[in-house]
Amino acid sequence: MSDEHAYHIDGAVPETPENDPDSGAWRKTVVVGTRQPKIDAYERVSGTAVYPHDVSLPDMLHGAILRCPHAHARILSIDTTEAEKMPGVEAVITSKSPGADIPWYERGGQFYGKLFDDHCRHEGEEVAAVAAETPLQAVDAIRAIKVEYEVLPFVVDDDKALLPDAPAVQEGGNMMGEPSVRERGDLAAGFAAADVIVESTYSTSCQIHAPLEPHGSVAKWDGNKLTVWDTTQGVFGVQQTMAKVFGLPISSVRVIGHYMGGGFGAKLETGKYTVMAAIMSRMAARPVKLFLPREDCFTVTGNRPGNTMTVKIGAKSDGTLTAIDYHSHGSAGAYRYGAGTSAQAAYLYTCPNMRTEDVSVYTHTGKARPMRAPGFPQCSWSLEQTMDELAAKLGMDPVEFRLQNLLTELQRGDGMPFTSNQLAACLTEGAKAFGWEEAKKAEKQQGHLRRGVGAAASFWAYPGGPPSTVVVKLFADGSANLNMGASDIGTGTKTWAAMIVAEELGVPVEKILVEHADTATTQYATASGGSKTVPSDSPAVRAAAMDVKQQLLGFAAEQLETTPGDLKLENLEIVSRTDPEKNLALGEVERLNRRGLLMGTGYRDPNPEDKVTFPFAAQFCEVEVNTRTGEIRILRFLGAHDSGRVLNRLTFDNQVFGGMAMGIGLGVTEERVLDRSQTGKMVNANFHDYKIPTILDVADTHVCHPIDQPDNEFNNTGTKGLGEPATIPTAAAIGNAVADALGTHAVNAPLTPEKILEVLRTQEMEA
Amino acid sequence: MAKKKQHTPKPGSGVTRRGFLGSVGAGAAAVATGVTSRSEAVPEITDPEEMVQTALKINGRLHRLLVEPRWTLLFVLRERLGITGTKAACERGECGSCTVLIDDRPRYACLTLALEAEGSEITTIEGLLEGEELGEVQQAFVEHDAFQCGYCTPGQIVAAEGLLRTNPAPTENEILHGMSGNLCRCGAYQHIVNAVTHAGENRKDGGGS
Repeated sequence: MSDEHAYHIDGAVPETPENDPDSGAWRKTVVVGTRQPKIDAYERVSGTAVYPHDVSLPDMLHGAILRCPHAHARILSIDTTEAEKMPGVEAVITSKSPGADIPWYERGGQFYGKLFDDHCRHEGEEVAAVAAETPLQAVDAIRAIKVEYEVLPFVVDDDKALLPDAPAVQEGGNMMGEPSVRERGDLAAGFAAADVIVESTYSTSCQIHAPLEPHGSVAKWDGNKLTVWDTTQGVFGVQQTMAKVFGLPISSVRVIGHYMGGGFGAKLETGKYTVMAAIMSRMAARPVKLFLPREDCFTVTGNRPGNTMTVKIGAKSDGTLTAIDYHSHGSAGAYRYGAGTSAQAAYLYTCPNMRTEDVSVYTHTGKARPMRAPGFPQCSWSLEQTMDELAAKLGMDPVEFRLQNLLTELQRGDGMPFTSNQLAACLTEGAKAFGWEEAKKAEKQQGHLRRGVGAAASFWAYPGGPPSTVVVKLFADGSANLNMGASDIGTGTKTWAAMIVAEELGVPVEKILVEHADTATTQYATASGGSKTVPSDSPAVRAAAMDVKQQLLGFAAEQLETTPGDLKLENLEIVSRTDPEKNLALGEVERLNRRGLLMGTGYRDPNPEDKVTFPFAAQFCEVEVNTRTGEIRILRFLGAHDSGRVLNRLTFDNQVFGGMAMGIGLGVTEERVLDRSQTGKMVNANFHDYKIPTILDVADTHVCHPIDQPDNEFNNTGTKGLGEPATIPTAAAIGNAVADALGTHAVNAPLTPEKILEVLRTQEMEA
Repeated sequence: MAKKKQHTPKPGSGVTRRGFLGSVGAGAAAVATGVTSRSEAVPEITDPEEMVQTALKINGRLHRLLVEPRWTLLFVLRERLGITGTKAACERGECGSCTVLIDDRPRYACLTLALEAEGSEITTIEGLLEGEELGEVQQAFVEHDAFQCGYCTPGQIVAAEGLLRTNPAPTENEILHGMSGNLCRCGAYQHIVNAVTHAGENRKDGGGS
């Protein structure tokens, strides 16, 4: 289901065949589900891991990009004469350079901009690029380029973009297509049948991905073959884009992304910087490294749109929902990318009458990119706090109220059942582990400190699925290679993949080497994003290991003069089920010894038809609000997650805590600040003023409570995604906890001290 | 486990963003009044293009090289010497990814000029290895999964090492403040606290200083 724009994947997505036979579910596991430190941990903690930003090639040049300093401007002239003469400068490109005048930002076959566009629609649009002998020479050179701009009127406020006199961002006006509407039942009748109705407007601020490794690439040509080292979540999308831009066969483009320093969705798309590095590399006939300075990573490499959401919910006095009306408005910047949020409002709760509307507008701001559950945390912020307001009016416990109304099927069309749904368990088991009832009863006021607890429920609507192809090679000495195309963006992809091979074949995890994220040497995988890497690729890993096992048992059966079905593989030993005398150590299998290795291939089988799969979550938190300073201290957080089977408990916990940290940012600390009246520029494009949570800002204690029920109907590992679910309900849970402490919902995220003090001042005036 | 290096604790604690800015301010004041902590005088103003000879002691090895006075220690480590374990992420003293030890104290290499580090013992993430074997803080980060993408991790580990060299038995609050100058966008903070706590306990029980 979900918003069709939720996760953009560059290029065509190839189909993969189905496995034969189906592998069936695990009954018992010995490796899967344990706490396994990451298999590439040594590289990451020792400094030996080579990230794209660390790549240095012989004779390499360094690139830099000159960007438009205005929110809206037209370039009248560019003079690069002086820059070209500067020491060390080897290439300078602008829109006029051969090969650089190309369209960009494609959606559904239509283009919305150019690589270098003389019409600059937001601060930071690319104007020129330089490659020079050293990074400092490149920066000196872009400063020497003279640009004459006609500065144009701008609009950066979402709510002003549709006013009649607003400057147009794109031809055809500032409305990005028609509003997207979902409807069911009769809304008016639903509200007429309600005993209690609550209507509130909430907002979130624009959030920036801000991965610690800046965006960038290294490009190198060998004649007509191009190699790119890119900090990306998906090497195959970058490969296809580069092949298209340079008119190359796909096979001639190699993209390597072995390590990458965080993406959160900002590194799903191919960057303009990658193309510019390659253009300049070809011009200079030398490798070019082009990484963006931190400021650019705030203004041009994507964001989570801020949204304003009005939620109206009606219920019977017994707590049964009768109607939900949801309206969301936001801007995904100057280029086409939706700012919709409404999926959870439409489907999280069983309700016969519903309408949601998403309005996306253009503004003269940096283009959004998918950010960890696009739209979902914003919806959660408004929907889940409105649900708490309604529970309070009904005099019901917020957890009980949710349990009474939870979705039991996807209420779309005639209704679609889920392959698994443990949301009720997330709420009840989570509440129990958290000590919800005791915490609700505890004394709130302690001097100038007020405590409160809050909860929020959620789902994520992007389940993953085909294609995925994985190759496993078992060597005669009992070690294995695993070959998969997926990027490991820090979530431990390589590690759970090795654990699955270890589970199936008995090869110890430390004897498995994983090759990944290299278009020349690994199999196609979609980009790692949307919490779909585990559910898409883990079944293919298991299928590949099973393929190896079947071949191995076939060899052994010949040698032992029995049938493969009579044999089982245990701790790298093949034993007959009926006659324990018939057994072979791996090294004794003659055909394997002759071949040296056995290679198995696994594919991702299709998702079940007529059913849908969502991961679910409920999070609980306790906060302490300082009524003198307005500061919020988060005392503890608990995440109860239904992501199907847990593959690696250690990295599972880490993902949940990391999602909470990002949600704390959305709810409490992070805010893109624009100079709305004078220049339209971002004024806090740095880590000092744009406050991602530090170790002092997250909760004092984090608890992860997986429900750990395999979804065996969905795939052969029983897994669902986790990365996005971990951050969806976080901010909303904080909002509800703050409201529990203060007695009033502070509606505009982030809940900075000044906003809390404003709530307290309003309360005082009303008292 | 390999034998542990003997650490000489120095007074002071780990770097925090506020503490760091404070120390920069103090340094600036010291320069203004003509008082420096080192015996050499402040170098005369030179042409930015003019290369200056220097010698930097990094992970126990002396590197003699020519540098432009404007080059930061981070630039020299990564771009001139190819010691890339130290990461560049903001290059303006806000994130801590480039943290190195200068005479056992955590410092942001992006805000330290290479020339400033002359005469000091510079330790990077690579310098915490004992041969090919991980140091105890590195090992604790592995066991507690105290990272995700790993990009901020060298800085986190070096900051933790600096904290433990000056305060071998930090309280949780001291760990939080000692590590607060290092951002982690993946949000591995809970596991970082676990790892640093564990590394501190190990050092107290068995090893180090």
